[in-house]
Amino acid sequence: MNGYTKPQPITKKFFTPGVIIISTVALIGFAVLLARYIFGLGAITNLSNQYPWGIWIGLDVALGVALAAGGFTTAALGHIMHREKFHAIIRPALLTALLGYTFVALSVATDLGRWYYIWHPLIFWNGNSALFEVGMCVMIYLAVLYIEFLPIVCERFIGRINLPGILHLLNKPLDKLLRILDRALDKTMFIFIIAGVVLSCLHQSSLGTLMVIAGPKMHPLWQTPVLPLLFLLSAISVGFPMVIFESMISSKSFGLKPEMDILTDLARMVGPILFIYLAFKIGDMVIRRSFVYLYEINTASVMFTIELVVGVIVPLRMFLSPKVVKSPAGIFIASCLVIFGVFMNRLNNFIVAYNPPYSFHPYIPSLGEIAVTIGFIAMEVLLYRAAVMIFPVIELPNGAAPKTKYAIKGVK
Amino acid sequence: MSKQSRRDFLKTTAIATTAITGLASKKTKAEGRGVYLPDKAMGVLVDTTVCIGCRRCEWACKTAHDMPTPPLENYDDRTVYENMRRPDYTSYTVVNEYENDDTGKFPIDVKVQCMHCNQPACVSACIVGAFSKLENGAVVWDESKCIGCRYCMVACPFQIPAFEYQKAIQPRITKCDFCSARQAEGKLPACVEICPVEALTFGKREDLIQVAKEKMRLYPGRYVDHIYGEFEVGGTSWMYLASQDFSKLAFPKLQRDPAPGVSESIQHGLFAYFVPPIALYALLGGVMWLNKNKKSESEEEQL
Repeated sequence: MNGYTKPQPITKKFFTPGVIIISTVALIGFAVLLARYIFGLGAITNLSNQYPWGIWIGLDVALGVALAAGGFTTAALGHIMHREKFHAIIRPALLTALLGYTFVALSVATDLGRWYYIWHPLIFWNGNSALFEVGMCVMIYLAVLYIEFLPIVCERFIGRINLPGILHLLNKPLDKLLRILDRALDKTMFIFIIAGVVLSCLHQSSLGTLMVIAGPKMHPLWQTPVLPLLFLLSAISVGFPMVIFESMISSKSFGLKPEMDILTDLARMVGPILFIYLAFKIGDMVIRRSFVYLYEINTASVMFTIELVVGVIVPLRMFLSPKVVKSPAGIFIASCLVIFGVFMNRLNNFIVAYNPPYSFHPYIPSLGEIAVTIGFIAMEVLLYRAAVMIFPVIELPNGAAPKTKYAIKGVK
Repeated sequence: MSKQSRRDFLKTTAIATTAITGLASKKTKAEGRGVYLPDKAMGVLVDTTVCIGCRRCEWACKTAHDMPTPPLENYDDRTVYENMRRPDYTSYTVVNEYENDDTGKFPIDVKVQCMHCNQPACVSACIVGAFSKLENGAVVWDESKCIGCRYCMVACPFQIPAFEYQKAIQPRITKCDFCSARQAEGKLPACVEICPVEALTFGKREDLIQVAKEKMRLYPGRYVDHIYGEFEVGGTSWMYLASQDFSKLAFPKLQRDPAPGVSESIQHGLFAYFVPPIALYALLGGVMWLNKNKKSESEEEQL
């Protein structure tokens, strides 16, 4: 369809000057990470008894989960709404979500004081805790993402397993295993796809519930009982912009033409979703009369205004313009703004809005915290690049389109 | 995950949830704003107009919890009052000093420790249920469960739980445990026992409220008309009397609603018997099925 073939591994050189720079950033992050595990949180972070959560939770976890929303939004569009046209973007979005959630889990472990007990929520349950809900959902969803990715692994390796040396004895059994797995998954994949969407809706919203219990410690511009709904809506609204952003970056990086016919249609859907989010955000502000806090100029009011104007209203206007959605630069900038808006929102909710009653000096992330955060992003980029070179993820334009057997995966 | 095990998971969570909160929340509703507490719920009434700031409670607390402490004489040094201190892993309780509005009178000393809320935010928030509210009113932390996520610190309205950031292995959440071990042996909390001026009164929470009201009646003008902790965040085990407004003594201004109230209502609303998630699952499944059928029908027409 549309002249795209079935997805296939990209054949390019892995290392380019850009990749070497990113690798350096990743290595620095890894070194700091090592230091954190050896010397403890206090040695690396600026966290304190006043500010127990910093950017590792606010950005690495909360923003990371939001930006991985492309996975479940495209799954809903492609598989549940069954819009065949968008199948080309499902695999890249799935891979992004998979890597994103893997790094969310790593970030959580990094922030936990007793990281080796990360499995405790599996056996010690507290149904009252929003964090318990988030933890369980993220764990299960991560597993679902890996299951959703398995058919891609099967596609890549069935009939092509060729282990070196003595291991070649395993070639046949492994091939058989993959074939069984492939057949079983083909029939049951819909269970996991729907589960993935439900789990995403649940924990995307519960991430918003997290800060509700902080009560008056959180600035009234953000503290509201509808936080879960706002978090869910903002996650859904950043899903497609994130897909557009990544698709254009990877097209550029691999020297392909951007898939504008798909991306334009995707961009047309962002406007209405953003509008609903904006309506709830403003409606909440009006009902709670929290706009009175915007009359004075301080960090909170400035940050809130930037979040709303630059991150929601401007991209909303852009996505509603027929001219912008047809221009590659237009949708790229608009998508960047939506991502920036959600970045600001999570930063504001978890860090800027958090005002503990006894704070001696404000929390500013340490260089070590920033190095780890950026390092994680760099590692994710490298793994994405490696994965699309190993697995059939990205569809290349123009060529014969052989039929594939994944009806429910819908890869044409 | 198979359907069956998923359902089991749902059921267990629902039961666990009901078991943990069910009783407390139902009673709360029945009694309106009030709080359900067992008869054994103990508390401490702190009379800040009596406290002389000798900090013997700090010493007794550390001694009772086997924490390193300087000798008792060192606690006479009043220069520590120059900066506000907060409880942390080195001390579960600290005394701070504030200027008296009534010039010429002695400054006001305020002992700070865990308030042992009737409906504690930390108990509700903790991802693994490492915090629990005991029958005697104490809120205690279970080292064997804690994963060190510090959500309790985000949740606590009094900013009490502290964390051992300097430790790479087995960092603890530290806070006053209301001397649970001593109480179990029939002893008073260490701070109450040592207080030389009886600024701290230990007793049943309900009785303490009566004591506080009686004090206010007997000494008109000595106290502001406010027992801090009687109603704040649904009531606390530790309560305070003072001669001036509590906001001037660095007490947070809090509403009467229990701290976990809104969060728990949202949580239980979203997961009421797991109906919403299952309904969403069914809805999405239906939509998927319809769309797929529509698709294959139109394909057949084309053929």
